Amino acid sequence: MSRFVIRRLLWGVLLLIVVSGLLFLFFRFLPTADPAKLRAGRLQNPRIIAEIRHDLGLDKSTAAQFWLYMKNLFLHFNLGYSYYSNAPVKELIVSRLAPTLSLVFGGAIVWFVAGVGVGVVSARRAGSRLDRAVMGTALVLVSAPEYWLGLILLYLLASDIGQLHVFPGAGSYVGLTSDPVKWFEFMILPWLVVAAGTAAVYARLVRGSMIETMAEDYIRTARAKGLPERRVVLRHGLRSAINPVVTVLGLDTGVLLGSSVLVETVFGIPGIGRLNYTAITHADFPIVQGTVLLAALFIIVANIVVDIAYAFLDPRVRYG
Amino acid sequence: MSAAGGPAGSANATPLLRVEDLRVEFATEDGVVHAVDGVSYQVLAGRTLGIVGESGSGKTVSSLTTLGLTRHEGARVSGRILFEGRDLVAAPESELRAIRGNEIAMIFQDPLSSLHPFFRVGGQLVEAVRAHRDVSRQVARKRAIELLGLVGIPDPGRRVDDYPHEFSGGMRQRAMIAMALANEPKLLIADEPTTALDVTVQAQILALMERLQRELGMAIVIITHDLGVVAEMAHDIAVMYAGRIVETGSASAIFSSPEHPYTWGLLKSIPHLTGSREEPLVPIPGTPPSLIRPPSGCHFHPRCFYAQPEHARIDPGLRPVETDPAHFVACLLEPAVRRRLWGELSAGRTPDEALKAAGPVEGPA
Repeated sequence: MSRFVIRRLLWGVLLLIVVSGLLFLFFRFLPTADPAKLRAGRLQNPRIIAEIRHDLGLDKSTAAQFWLYMKNLFLHFNLGYSYYSNAPVKELIVSRLAPTLSLVFGGAIVWFVAGVGVGVVSARRAGSRLDRAVMGTALVLVSAPEYWLGLILLYLLASDIGQLHVFPGAGSYVGLTSDPVKWFEFMILPWLVVAAGTAAVYARLVRGSMIETMAEDYIRTARAKGLPERRVVLRHGLRSAINPVVTVLGLDTGVLLGSSVLVETVFGIPGIGRLNYTAITHADFPIVQGTVLLAALFIIVANIVVDIAYAFLDPRVRYG
Repeated sequence: MSAAGGPAGSANATPLLRVEDLRVEFATEDGVVHAVDGVSYQVLAGRTLGIVGESGSGKTVSSLTTLGLTRHEGARVSGRILFEGRDLVAAPESELRAIRGNEIAMIFQDPLSSLHPFFRVGGQLVEAVRAHRDVSRQVARKRAIELLGLVGIPDPGRRVDDYPHEFSGGMRQRAMIAMALANEPKLLIADEPTTALDVTVQAQILALMERLQRELGMAIVIITHDLGVVAEMAHDIAVMYAGRIVETGSASAIFSSPEHPYTWGLLKSIPHLTGSREEPLVPIPGTPPSLIRPPSGCHFHPRCFYAQPEHARIDPGLRPVETDPAHFVACLLEPAVRRRLWGELSAGRTPDEALKAAGPVEGPA
């Protein structure tokens, strides 16, 4: 097991190096404005631009720049500096991490609990009116774009622009450590929006998985033992049906950590997604590069966590 | 059929389990499946009843229904299943749950798929104990180890923490038996308990069940398509075909003087190690009938060598055999004709030759 983990971690690092290299090439060769000119802002005089070019190392050869970039990244964990504000990208990202983590992990809990709960109930009453109503709703939620759903909820329920003043409006994010109650109140709508589509997918997944599991021989054995039906469903049934869901839970969480741009923008949450959005509008490439690398890191870590979790969830899986 | 519903075994003891005119139907998209179509039998305490038949004959469904396990699949059940006087067909789910795994236990065909792959064997045994006994986890675990020892698992104190996939096929079935015995049931229903196992392991499992029956005094219903298994185990035999019992009696009667052409077919289609190689195996032609639209009259008539036109109209009830009041058969052939036919068949003749030699086969009784 530990050998497996070490091997996966090494692969993860290698993958990150490859992704970093590709990123460098993308930003190097994609048509874009001259970073030095962007950095210079309103002071567009050739001497200053040349100076900036020298400071940023842009006057060196591509190979030398690549080496510098990789060395900074992997030896000093230095992601460079914002063209726009000159702030270190690493610090910018770290300062924006808490809101994104709040959003994604809170959302993941909501969609996991809602998806599994609805899926189990639907599976137990497969074909009933309730089942059809729930699965129909799920289809609508899957099809609803996040930003649309977010705007609708704000229009209906936000305290500033809403028809009913229930939840704090966009842009009133408060850190968990400074005021947990306000943090929670504000996060409810973003969590619902982030979770809606995914919860619907999970409900369908759990429903199918549960229906399949409940037809297994070992469910018949559990009933033949005289266990209460509740225990048969929740312990014997769900324990098996949940496995595929845990797999996607890890991956979805990893993906969302790197790509919560829309929801953060709609609700004005000062997280990574919003940082990325602003950086793109300013052509602030070091930040874009940093956030994309962070997204890759999250996805790679999520994959490893899922693989390890699998060994604990299914005793038949043993990694050598 | 219910009126003539034949008891299996001697009639002078009170049966532990008595099934009366049991019918089980499932509504499917293709129509109503008559899985069990008026079945009656009884099991005496400490005895073994073998229920024999092809797949789809209703033998498994009738047993699952005994434990109320077909309720979850939307079955329509009628008739009575009396267990120590309580009717399990009418019993509420809570009462059935108290009986399942406690007074009546069941083991299944495939022990690997019947054990939960994610829980330790010991944990599954502990759960079986604690489903009916208010004991601590530690006490239940001790009992689990004791049970694994009882069914012949070596080093049970260590193996109790294994997962099912770490057990061999035979050990898994032993573990299933241990689980079934957790609360010392009065009746054990074994549904094809050896079918998924190697031949050598089969004999061990059967011997184990016999030993446990002697030691614990429980009754056994063994469901199988394998006449070798019932020959080994059963005191009484019920032969099922297309949802009905077509012949029932003591094991010795069924093996020495079978009365039903379907039973003959089963007996003639198994090879004998001691028999001559020249003696041909005679398979039963055709396939088991649809239980959505079962054949009219005698359900077996489309596959019967000796069927007469009127057998497609008349429904044979189970009736006692003249010479043996504990032996019942549902066949429209004349008793004398049946005896002549079996005489020819057991002498090694093919059904065609037997039919010629036995003379005219006519008219219902």
